Amino acid sequence: MDDILSEFLTETAENLETIEPELLRFEQDPNDAATLNNIFRLVHTIKGTCGFLGLARLEAVAHAGETLLGKFRDRTLAVTPEAVSTILRSIDRIKEILADLEATGEEPAGDDGALIGELEAAAEGHAPAAAVPEAPKVGPNGEKWDADQGRFLRPGEVSLADLEAAFRAADGPVEDNPEAAPPPAPAPAMLRAPDTDDDEARGAGSLATQSIRVNVEVLEQLMTMVSELVLTRNQLLQMVRNMENSEFKVPLQRLSTITAELQDRVMKTRMQPIGNAWKKLPRIVRDASRDLGKKIELRMEGEATELDRQVSELIRDPLTHMIRNSCDHGVERPEDRVARGKPPQGTITLRAFHEGGHIIIQIEDDGAGLPVARIREKAIGKGLVTASEAAQMTDAQIQRFIFAPGFSTAAKVTNLSGRGVGMDVVKTNVELIGGQIDLTSTEGFGTVFTIKIPLTLAIVSAMIVGSRGGRFAIPQIAVLELVRAGGPGSETRIERVNRTRVMRLRDRLLPLVDIADVLDLGTDARAEGAEPGMEYVVVMQVGGNRFGLMVDEVLDTEEIVVKPLSSLLKGITTFTGSTILGDGSVIMIVDPTGIAAHVGEIDQTADERAATADTGTDTAGAAVSMLMFEAGGREPKAVPLSLVTRIEDTPVERLERANGRAVMQYRGELVPVIHAAGDFAFAAEGSQPILMFSQGARTMGLAVDRILDIVHDRLDIELVAHTPGILGAAVIKGRATEVVDVGHFLQQGHDDWFEAATRERAPPRRVLLVETNPFFRNLLAPLLQAAGYQVTAVESTEAAWRLHARGENFDAILADTEGDPAAAETFASRLSEDTRWSGAACLALTGGTLPTPGSFADAVRKSDRHGLLAALDYALKNRGEAA
Amino acid sequence: MSTASASASGAPADAGDLFLTFEIDGGLFGARVSDVHDVFAIQSTTPVPLARPDVAGLLNLRGRIVTAIDSRVRLGHPRRQGGYQGAMAIGVERDGESYGLIVDRVSEVLRLEPGRFEDNPVNLDARWREVSRGVCQLHDRLLVAIDIDRMIDAPAAADAGFGAAA
Repeated sequence: MDDILSEFLTETAENLETIEPELLRFEQDPNDAATLNNIFRLVHTIKGTCGFLGLARLEAVAHAGETLLGKFRDRTLAVTPEAVSTILRSIDRIKEILADLEATGEEPAGDDGALIGELEAAAEGHAPAAAVPEAPKVGPNGEKWDADQGRFLRPGEVSLADLEAAFRAADGPVEDNPEAAPPPAPAPAMLRAPDTDDDEARGAGSLATQSIRVNVEVLEQLMTMVSELVLTRNQLLQMVRNMENSEFKVPLQRLSTITAELQDRVMKTRMQPIGNAWKKLPRIVRDASRDLGKKIELRMEGEATELDRQVSELIRDPLTHMIRNSCDHGVERPEDRVARGKPPQGTITLRAFHEGGHIIIQIEDDGAGLPVARIREKAIGKGLVTASEAAQMTDAQIQRFIFAPGFSTAAKVTNLSGRGVGMDVVKTNVELIGGQIDLTSTEGFGTVFTIKIPLTLAIVSAMIVGSRGGRFAIPQIAVLELVRAGGPGSETRIERVNRTRVMRLRDRLLPLVDIADVLDLGTDARAEGAEPGMEYVVVMQVGGNRFGLMVDEVLDTEEIVVKPLSSLLKGITTFTGSTILGDGSVIMIVDPTGIAAHVGEIDQTADERAATADTGTDTAGAAVSMLMFEAGGREPKAVPLSLVTRIEDTPVERLERANGRAVMQYRGELVPVIHAAGDFAFAAEGSQPILMFSQGARTMGLAVDRILDIVHDRLDIELVAHTPGILGAAVIKGRATEVVDVGHFLQQGHDDWFEAATRERAPPRRVLLVETNPFFRNLLAPLLQAAGYQVTAVESTEAAWRLHARGENFDAILADTEGDPAAAETFASRLSEDTRWSGAACLALTGGTLPTPGSFADAVRKSDRHGLLAALDYALKNRGEAA
Repeated sequence: MSTASASASGAPADAGDLFLTFEIDGGLFGARVSDVHDVFAIQSTTPVPLARPDVAGLLNLRGRIVTAIDSRVRLGHPRRQGGYQGAMAIGVERDGESYGLIVDRVSEVLRLEPGRFEDNPVNLDARWREVSRGVCQLHDRLLVAIDIDRMIDAPAAADAGFGAAA
């Protein structure tokens, strides 16, 4: 390919890139003569150069486009979206031809007749009548002779002389020099001349003579070499620092300054405004909104924000995908928007700014937001999460499932997106460049995606930490803050829930892992500098997971050059690479994602164990009265007050031993007593506080160290404990508190507790408990069991119907109406019509208030266990009589 | 550059291969000089947690990061005592990556004709069999020709894990 041609290709590609946004701007504001002139000139340049190089196809398409644009410019034709679409299509065609031209060096064969016809039709057919007489003014004949070109003009073509005249006459802020568009337009260099206008947007053109094109590879190599130079400089500095009065000091200082400057400059050559990566987006939004029948405005803020070329390139595709998603799934149809009281036109805002050595890109739409219920349903349906796990998750956690592989919320697959290869690919791509992605979304009000990426991939800011004598680098991008815990004067300290370490950070429990455990550094002595009893906690965030990484010491922050690990070490996911520090030593760079996975593993195994043991878990939102006490340690424990019959403060002497177990006389009978912290924990003297639990004729006591308080609070159980007897941990009154599983102790107290109760009524009545809230499910199931019922607990009505399908039968059905009253009512009415299950007594479990039963036989408060048992008993008796 | 490659350049090609000999835990080994990039003394290593037991750590060799392998552990011997400082390593380049094989002592370069090598004894430990190209009888002792590439790879034989060494 000859030089002129390759020059033409580069030049044209650049021109085309500017033309699209200009056209869209023009479509918005057809009166902007400056923009139109600009577009016209660009197309004209392409056409002129094509003619010069003998590229007939390109010339013909560009010519037809130019004709149409000319009509716009002369105001003989109104600007319509259809016409602009046609021009955009002609630009697409030009691009196609150019791509082939670049690949083969020759213009590909093909017929553009249809497209040209369309362009001509748009220019002529739809032109107002006034436009027709305007054309013949040029020449006396129907077909005009153009002296400059030595041939007849094509339909709609303007002679170059005319064109020049038109340029001179063009109004608006653009002041073209007469020699600005010299006919014919032979070389790109000459056509650059007219860009000497005062319009800032086009000012870049005037710089053309002062800039040269450099192959990107050269820049990459420069960058690598500078990185090496920086490292060498750092090593030298370290060496000289240890020398007294070295003669090297002064020249080294100069070398240091120059190196820093050089690094800065080379970095700059790689920097590009992020707007470059955004250029295609307005077109995408425009096309998408037309295809989808939506009105969408794309706002861009901070286009000038600079970032590394490599990063910019890598972020382009994910951004495109996300913008498409926002158009498709985010912004609603105009009629839906109006119905919701929003303006018919939706807005997508693309924003970029710098923040602490990173660049933040936000994509915000004012659309429908992410539908939590549907995502939850789908996540469960796809097996990403169990129903009970999903019930414990916050809305934000549920919404993050859209980042899960193969997840797509779109009900139908559209042309644009919804193929389920969306956000997980975006997330992977963002993480690949050391970035992070997160979202916040409010249903009905819109979604904000936030991408945080490093400015450059070559140099990373890292925190150097020490643990067990080793040093490790943690990329700053994942570090939220650094907390000193447990030392003198420190307000935070590390607490334990079972063997899991947690820290309270602004009233939230932060799971902690020790880097020494993650990396298996052994139990060697901690680093010398570390103060005893004090830990540094590096608070990190990876995606939606926040956790604390415990380290012995924090040494430094340093700009490091990431070097990939050798293939022998690639399998270790905990590290991203290694680097050479200023002192010449090698240090491992920790991969935050790998650490997060390690934290997740702990959580997951805990969940699994909890699931198999069918103990534990949690709830969100329900306000419950809790009795707080201490047993075996200072950490507060809690038990739901509704389960406690009495609190006894018994003199130690009254506790006796029988059959190897502690017992006490209580209301004329011998009652087993168990200490919540184990058998050895009974008070030696004084009195022993005991919580009494009664069920039917059975009573047992749970001895504790000290009763603390009764609190009425929303219960947010955050961690799942591994220990039998503990449901989990919650922050109650600002303190990490273990929630005790009473059912466990009941069973321990009376080995025959459940059997005894069961034997009282034979045959056992079968009760189905439909309760979405795992906390109440776990609370009520043992309670009902203790009362002699055979209980099957499920988390949803769907699960209930599955049991139905399996041929299971029940005497009574208890259904939660608190979570979704409408669904519960549907469930109950379906039940009443069912041939098999209509005979069962159907009770509604409510939260605070008692609603009307509807299709239910009765309603009962969940927290009122006596009422519940009485109502169940009554309902079953009634049913028995009726049957 | 090492003395090994220096003497290699002047030798006639058909008279057999040049071998760099070295000792690991009392045994004598040889590696083809053409496989060796350089020989260097180790200043300090940075351990790599969670890595294979025979990975001694990473080290900085003139601005390059080298993955160092403890040959003793790789061959099923106990780990070297007293750290790696001052130890000799044989540098290898593979796929643009740098590796160093830590040995106890590097000694002379020998020219050994192919005919002098015998196949591995059948009763040789599986871990050794993997890396050995054959055994050569020198007049006073035996030399095991080592395939350095294999030394870098993880032990393949299932029973040749690192259980005893770790």
